[in-house]
Amino acid sequence: MNRINRLFQDKPGNILSIYYTAGYPSRDSTVPVIKALAKAGADMIEIGMPFSDPMADGPVIQSSSNKALKNGMSLKLLFDQLKNIRKEVDIPLLLMGYLNPVLQYGMEKFCSDCAMTGMDGIILPDLPLEEYLGESGSILSDFNHYNNHNHHNHHNHHNNPNLRTLFTLHNLHNIFLISPQTSPGRIAKIDSASKGFVYMVSSSSTTGTKGSFTQEQISYFGRIRDMKLKNPSLIGFGISDHGNFSAACEYASGAIIGSAFVKILSETKDMENDIRKFVEDIRGVA
Amino acid sequence: MNYSVDANGYYGEFGGAFIPEMMVPNIEDLRENYLKILEDPEFKSEFNTLLKDYVGRPSPLYYAKRLSAYHRTEVYLKREDLNHTGAHKINNTVGQILIARRLGKTRIIAETGAGQHGVAAATVCALMGLQCVVYMGKLDVERQEPNVLRMKMLGAQVVPVLSGNMTLKDATNEAIRDWINNPVDTHYIIGSVVGPHPYPDLVTRLQSVISEELQWQLQEKTGSPDPDYIIACVGGGSNAAGAFYHYLDNDSVKLVAVEASGKGIDSGESAATMVLGRTGIIHGSRTMLMQDDDGQILEPYSVSAGLDYPGIGPMHSHLYKVRRVIFEHATDDEALEAAFRLTRLEGIVPALESAHALAVLKKRKFGEKEVVVVNLSGRGDKDMAAYMNYMNDHQLF
Ligand SMILES: Cc1ncc(COP(=O)(O)O)c(C=O)c1O
Repeated sequence: MNRINRLFQDKPGNILSIYYTAGYPSRDSTVPVIKALAKAGADMIEIGMPFSDPMADGPVIQSSSNKALKNGMSLKLLFDQLKNIRKEVDIPLLLMGYLNPVLQYGMEKFCSDCAMTGMDGIILPDLPLEEYLGESGSILSDFNHYNNHNHHNHHNHHNNPNLRTLFTLHNLHNIFLISPQTSPGRIAKIDSASKGFVYMVSSSSTTGTKGSFTQEQISYFGRIRDMKLKNPSLIGFGISDHGNFSAACEYASGAIIGSAFVKILSETKDMENDIRKFVEDIRGVA
Repeated sequence: MNYSVDANGYYGEFGGAFIPEMMVPNIEDLRENYLKILEDPEFKSEFNTLLKDYVGRPSPLYYAKRLSAYHRTEVYLKREDLNHTGAHKINNTVGQILIARRLGKTRIIAETGAGQHGVAAATVCALMGLQCVVYMGKLDVERQEPNVLRMKMLGAQVVPVLSGNMTLKDATNEAIRDWINNPVDTHYIIGSVVGPHPYPDLVTRLQSVISEELQWQLQEKTGSPDPDYIIACVGGGSNAAGAFYHYLDNDSVKLVAVEASGKGIDSGESAATMVLGRTGIIHGSRTMLMQDDDGQILEPYSVSAGLDYPGIGPMHSHLYKVRRVIFEHATDDEALEAAFRLTRLEGIVPALESAHALAVLKKRKFGEKEVVVVNLSGRGDKDMAAYMNYMNDHQLF
């Protein structure tokens, strides 16, 4: 069973998922951060694949991505770093990033390397639902024809009708986002194409920390909860402390924290300890 | 050959809409309405009246006699520099502001490189009484200062962007982020034929007035609506798209797009996407893109802020792949030289961007009787600092 499904089965609420950028703060911190988070009791981790132009991200993740790239981070290095991660960590791990580096790496190679390193899910905010389902004409086949001559053999790619088939083949869940502006019809379509969970963006915004939720956000959370989606949902973007984490947990199975955690990484002198404290603070352990 | 966009927003393999879910409602709204609005007689009449009385269209087609003698060919200049605000950019902003109003938007955002699009957006916002925020890379804020001052006088808020190498790509990232954060009241007036579908098609259609006029102007001046060549510079590709549009199906007209090669193709400081790029995704569009082996977008360089972009509109990528358009490039120095040649022979100071198109008159061989139209996309007032440097370096005083 995919670890994401296992998690939601075993733990119906208060799920804490943490995003951070691979190769940040230093090139070799990718794995130590995962281990420290798992040890501190995070339920799930989203490993950011740094990109030069992260259009859905605010200043904190923009800057961690830049630093990670300067540190020499790449997908090739990331998969190398993650080679043995499943010997030590058993919580669900997802890769999150932008489409272009993945396409240049080669979609199929990316998926098989994800499977090989034991990844459970993928979040690519700029991969639209229609492209994933192959409704806009599959980008997969012609992409490989034009781009991947230098990466690996490119025969047979046209046999893949869409990304969904490919992801499913490797037991990878593609996670879709919804926002307060997403129409009910589209939410239903996203829910039906989703496996694992639905990523509820807390307000239409780029990533970054904000204060407590507005009335408008709360009513959006309630509206989605009442839709009784087939997938569980997690609320992300703008969650930074125990207050809005527990508020989010009242409406969804849990929440995702990114920028607030990346900020901790940028300041820490004692990583393992600070990560433990961060997770405790979020959970409100006295 | 079919050069138009398909129902999914593709030109062949290029285009599409690779956008985060937060942008989907706005992009869908635009996609579902833009053609209806463009074809609405009321819109058409409002748009055409503004183009005529406010922008000053039709822009003249000028036979450049002394430049023709110099290059030994028949050079005609399509004078987009004579439009209100000094470039072709206003054709697009006039159209988009009318669309924004029909979509019920009250706040406008725009990105700008050279500042011409920013000025054109600020201008139509002043005209319609809408709030305007323009994102501009900090380097461009410095090198195109006159346009920054104009935008401020027009009442726009100019936000300097500090990410990347602080140029057009980074300004576009920031405008997209603004739109994600302001999903309800805001329309993003993108300044070129880039971005997610339907923008490339929308902006192309709004700029197509250039080639529409060219047809009858050439008929009047040369006895034929068809020139032998049309040459236009390409940043994102909007002035080129407009100048080529009505000739795309007419293979007897050779279309030449000119990219900026900065300090030279192999210098590492260039913006010649077609030579240096390969297929990738930038700003929501699948297109030719300057990127490294890992798919990270490379920082381009050109002396011309308007051409300093690592991507190109998806229609141009398609036109390149199917060999309908010839791609050329010109260096900083070739463009500067061409700018001074035009100025001294014809008394016209071109924008640095347009000077790249002019440079091709020297780089390519044209027949003495051939009719060569150069789309003079803008005027050079904003570039006086670069031109003064060139004068100092070459002791032209
Ligand atoms: C005068 C002028 N020409 C050309 C361009 C390049 O844009 P495009 O390729 O969209 O025409 C610009 C952009 O700022 C410009 O100001």
